[in-house]
Amino acid sequence: MIEVSELTVRFGGVTSLDGMSVRFEAGTCGLIGPNGAGKTTFFNVLSGFVRPAEGHVRAFDEDLLSMAHFRRARWGLRRTFQTEQAIESLSVYDNVALVHEHSKLGRANRRGEVLDAIEFVGLRDVAYVKVGTLGVGSRRLVEVARAVVGKPRLVLLDEPAAGLPDAETAHLGELIRRIPEHSEALTILVDHDMSLVSSCCPVTAVLDFGKMIASGPTADVLRNEQVVRAYLGAEEFQ
Amino acid sequence: MSTAELQSATPLATPPSAPRRVERADLVRTMVIAVLLVFVLIGLPQMLSVYYIDSMTQVAIYSVVALGLGVLVGRVGLISLGQAAVLAIGAWVAARLLFATSLPYEVVLLASGVITMVLGTLVGLPALRMRGLYLALITLMLAGAITVALASLNFPNGGHGFSGYNGTFVHIPSLRRPGIATTDPAYFRYSVIVAALMFLLVLAHVRTRPGRAWAAIRQSEPAALAAGINTTLYKLWAFALASFITGVAGGVLAGAVRYLYSIDFQTQDSITLLAVVLMGGAYSIWGAIVAGLLLQLLPAILNNAGVSPDWLIILFGIGVLQVLTTAPRGIVDQLPRDISRLGRRLGGLTRRSAASHGEAP
Ligand SMILES: Nc1ncnc2c1ncn2[C@@H]1O[C@H](COP(=O)(O)OP(=O)(O)O)[C@@H](O)[C@H]1O
Ligand SMILES: [Mg+2]
Repeated sequence: MIEVSELTVRFGGVTSLDGMSVRFEAGTCGLIGPNGAGKTTFFNVLSGFVRPAEGHVRAFDEDLLSMAHFRRARWGLRRTFQTEQAIESLSVYDNVALVHEHSKLGRANRRGEVLDAIEFVGLRDVAYVKVGTLGVGSRRLVEVARAVVGKPRLVLLDEPAAGLPDAETAHLGELIRRIPEHSEALTILVDHDMSLVSSCCPVTAVLDFGKMIASGPTADVLRNEQVVRAYLGAEEFQ
Repeated sequence: MSTAELQSATPLATPPSAPRRVERADLVRTMVIAVLLVFVLIGLPQMLSVYYIDSMTQVAIYSVVALGLGVLVGRVGLISLGQAAVLAIGAWVAARLLFATSLPYEVVLLASGVITMVLGTLVGLPALRMRGLYLALITLMLAGAITVALASLNFPNGGHGFSGYNGTFVHIPSLRRPGIATTDPAYFRYSVIVAALMFLLVLAHVRTRPGRAWAAIRQSEPAALAAGINTTLYKLWAFALASFITGVAGGVLAGAVRYLYSIDFQTQDSITLLAVVLMGGAYSIWGAIVAGLLLQLLPAILNNAGVSPDWLIILFGIGVLQVLTTAPRGIVDQLPRDISRLGRRLGGLTRRSAASHGEAP
């Protein structure tokens, strides 16, 4: 369970998060909103890359924001990036092992647990291939494997399906739906693909201009008038 | 469903048995290196004049310095223009210890490595806050400061006090060498063995946990942090490793030249060093050896031919330009590719001429 209260982030004159408050209980939760709504900024606050001006985040009854950024992975926070960040000069195995060896988990079961995560995303056949030689779809899967290896508590996926063809998006959706049973982590999915969000997330929250404008069962949220208007408004601007 | 599609879409699909094959390739590589090392240790000194043996000793020393810079630039993505000054610190510390104590040479090398590691890591402290051009500039300024300080302090020549320098000496004692390596060929072998140990030390780093962490930091610091890597610690670790091996190299340099103050340590040497490291190939262990050859053997050959080695700065300039524009992985990566391309082209020519001969009758 993660509880966000009155989170405010300002970059100079821009207020990216404006008193954001929300609770994510368990399982896979959606977080949607038009471009520039503050979704990535929210993830950056959780990761410790951005320091909020105000607000608190309690995650599994701990004060997340008081932890040093690199210690949050050890605590159990994992994420993927909007622009994919798999390490090109390392093999798939080393990319995943990198996360494992900086987590709380011992080295005794490392090999098995790393290969298990690679198996989970379906990259077992290319486990020892350099990531730099893989295509975009596979690289995104490497990021997912890094997010689920070991025992994560909180997994943040930032537009994992952006730029993927439909078949690969379907495969990714299947993986995301299996994350809770695989690792029992609370997962937050940010994506613009509404069918992916609907199929993966029983509940969804909506950000617009840094404020939460709706949250609840995904189907209800997507019918919510304010949400529809926020998206239509965004489309009018585009 | 799409799992299969994804996998067939990925090029170079390798079966899961890959590590076994990698191990076999490693074994072959290790054997080639062992044979090469034996040749360098036994064959080479017999083939070369003392002049070239001395310059090959310098090659061994500067390969280690280049390797240290290669770790920073190639592995972690930190540009340092202070490594020649770090080498000077290592040489100074070793010279002071050699005059002041009768410790075995190996202990002196270790001590100058450790002391240089501490000082060199201080040079690396700015790296925690900046990268790229600013880091290069600040390390260059620090190197300048160190060079000026060492020049006014003078290199130890057997005098007393902290600096160990006595300007009134008429008879200046030379620095001692290890008992087992007093002659030039023996000292060359000694230098090669020390260099090989430093290469092994670096290899043990880049192949394991710190190497993976450095690769992550080089590509993306946010990704490294998100993976739980303490980027501050690992950057300092890289500076510590580079400074340690450069300090040891400085200790070997002291015994190689024997009168340290007779060589100039100039701030600009760090810039030349970066240039040859980029030319040789900053991402590869072999690149460091190529860099050492460029930096020390090439000038010796030119000198021998009566050409001023000053011209090399122009060659290095062109070399860096070429590396930055067409071959970012350096000579080590490009030469084999050029050779195989040449081979293919020659093969094509002979085939074509064979074909035209075939048509003639
Ligand atoms: N590092 C930053 N510096 C300045 N402005 C930023 C920074 N990061 C985000 N912003 C601004 O914050 C707002 C929210 O951005 P972001 O969180 O990336 O939106 P989303 O991910 O929902 O598309 C945007 O107006 C963006 O320009
Ligand atoms: Mg975003």
